[in-house]
Amino acid sequence: MSNITMENKTIDTQKIKRTERIKKAVLYLLLTLWSIIVIFPFYWMILTSVKSYSAYNSEYVPKFYTLSPTLKNYIDAFTAVPLSRYFFNTFIFTVVTTAIMMVVVVLSAFAFARLDFKGKDIVFALFLSLMMIPNELVVITNFVTITNLDMRNSYIGLILPSVTSVFYIYFLKENFEQIPEELYKAAKVDGTSDFKYLLKVMIPISRPTIVTIAILKVIECWNSYVWPRLITDKQEYYLVSNGIQEIRENGFGRENIPAMMAAVVVISVPLIVLFLIFHNKIMEGVSRGGTKG
Amino acid sequence: MKIRLEHLTKRFPNRNKKIKTEVVAVNDFDIEIPDGKLIGLLGPSGCGKSTALNLICGLEAPSEGRIYFGDEDVTDIPPEKRGVGLVFQNYALYPHLTVRENIIFPLQNLKGDKKLTKDEMNRKAEEAARLVQIENLMDRRPGEMSGGQQQRVAIARALVKMPNVLLLDEPLSNLDARLRLQTREELSRIQKETGITTIFVTHDQEEAMSISDMIVVMKDGVINQTGEPQKVYDDPVNLFVAKFLGTPPINVFEGEVRDNKLYVGENDILDIKGADDKKVYVGIRPEGFVLNPAGRLKCKFVRVEVMGRDTSVIATNEAFLGESIRAIIPTEEKKEPADGVVCFDVKPFKVLIFDRETEERIYFEA
Repeated sequence: MSNITMENKTIDTQKIKRTERIKKAVLYLLLTLWSIIVIFPFYWMILTSVKSYSAYNSEYVPKFYTLSPTLKNYIDAFTAVPLSRYFFNTFIFTVVTTAIMMVVVVLSAFAFARLDFKGKDIVFALFLSLMMIPNELVVITNFVTITNLDMRNSYIGLILPSVTSVFYIYFLKENFEQIPEELYKAAKVDGTSDFKYLLKVMIPISRPTIVTIAILKVIECWNSYVWPRLITDKQEYYLVSNGIQEIRENGFGRENIPAMMAAVVVISVPLIVLFLIFHNKIMEGVSRGGTKG
Repeated sequence: MKIRLEHLTKRFPNRNKKIKTEVVAVNDFDIEIPDGKLIGLLGPSGCGKSTALNLICGLEAPSEGRIYFGDEDVTDIPPEKRGVGLVFQNYALYPHLTVRENIIFPLQNLKGDKKLTKDEMNRKAEEAARLVQIENLMDRRPGEMSGGQQQRVAIARALVKMPNVLLLDEPLSNLDARLRLQTREELSRIQKETGITTIFVTHDQEEAMSISDMIVVMKDGVINQTGEPQKVYDDPVNLFVAKFLGTPPINVFEGEVRDNKLYVGENDILDIKGADDKKVYVGIRPEGFVLNPAGRLKCKFVRVEVMGRDTSVIATNEAFLGESIRAIIPTEEKKEPADGVVCFDVKPFKVLIFDRETEERIYFEA
């Protein structure tokens, strides 16, 4: 009798093990499928960028591989159009915009979170309501303003409209507000000025959020297309995003897809590297729990 | 340093803006705190203790009145120039800094000729750490420490500037019972070692009574009584103070003074002199009961409760205000009465009587 129950038990555990294994297999299968879907465009981009122009055009049905990879497209991308100039422009645009925006965002979030001034709530509500206005509308007024200020085809014209962000201010304000009031009081008793408190306490504590905002902004700047396209029509102020379009349209006198893909690869690399570096940084977070209760 | 508060008052506008009346958190504080003592500011939640502390340290400005440290009027001086150290209930340590950096933080704001070199700061931080015995934790972050350790760091941070006055806002209430007992001894030791005038706020009367040189009992923003803990316990000025101090709490009965006798219900429990005939509240401390089969106070027996060291008789009486009477008796005397009636005599100096209307104490001779 006892033997039978024992056997039953082993069969049971075997059954459980088998279903577990099947579950795992299905999960992995789905994940593999998903990652293929995600990675494929990147693979296609790199693949196309190493196909020679003639090989690419002779393939009636594009092949999933190439037997004669070439780097000529990369050279073409840099020589046919001033891609390095575009790069430089994008770099300046991204760094300056992000830097100025961080200062603006941190200071205004601090003001909204910690300082007391008349009309704070109403101003903040107005700020938030700005988020409801579609971006396209803002672009039109910005275009008129910048044109009237005679700032077309200049770095300042490129940068100025994107040095603030209501959403990031809101995001950071919420984060600042979670820092307990007592820390501020403790700092006050020790004679810490508001600005020093911001630098020494609030910013370090909110570092993960601030880093996240900076990275998102960098990506946004790097990818921005509509605004630079509108406000610049001289080549020396083009950003890479507009530059790619340039390659497609008139860089080679004809549509050179492989060279364009090479340019896209070059442009994407910095972002991918950035993401890989800071990927963990964002998650890291400062060890919290200085206040109990 | 001696602290003097003169008619100190703090009013807040009402949260509900429609109500014009202001909330008086601290009402006409007038008290002198002697140099180098440990003072317990005691009262129920919301009675304005923390506000009083904030006024003393300068985080809030008083609506009226002056504050003196020694002979200097500090009312209009910002907190950092008053030389106060403040410890918060939830410690308020900077979570991103190590213990050492936390302790050094206050020193980094010193300006002019008070400015310290890195070495001096480190030396001072270590001194403060040694005082609270956390020298071996200097490189940890607050998140990596227990509540008790964090509390010590907070105290070290408050002490590192060698303040004239140390203020503690509910310093023990986030600790568990055992740690609370230990930390409270510790606080007392640190205070004695440094000789810094210390004020600590608490709602726990036991805590206040055990370590304070002097307690200040507050209710609704008003000081009810100040004095040595035992003296306030033995000789409270009104019913509130009597009820607030002591665990288990005082037993309060409805009673009457008639013909030089004190009545509780129909029982005349004590012969007294010097009190007018009127209806009163009678408070009897739990330790003021003596079991006596021929005792004058007759109560209905409920049960005997033994809690560690104490044995209590739980009883009821018609004149009693509240759930049940608790009388602490010597352990060897515990036995249950057969007829369900338990009789007590009372120790005269453990009996307090109060006016029915004003709840003020009425003094009498036994």
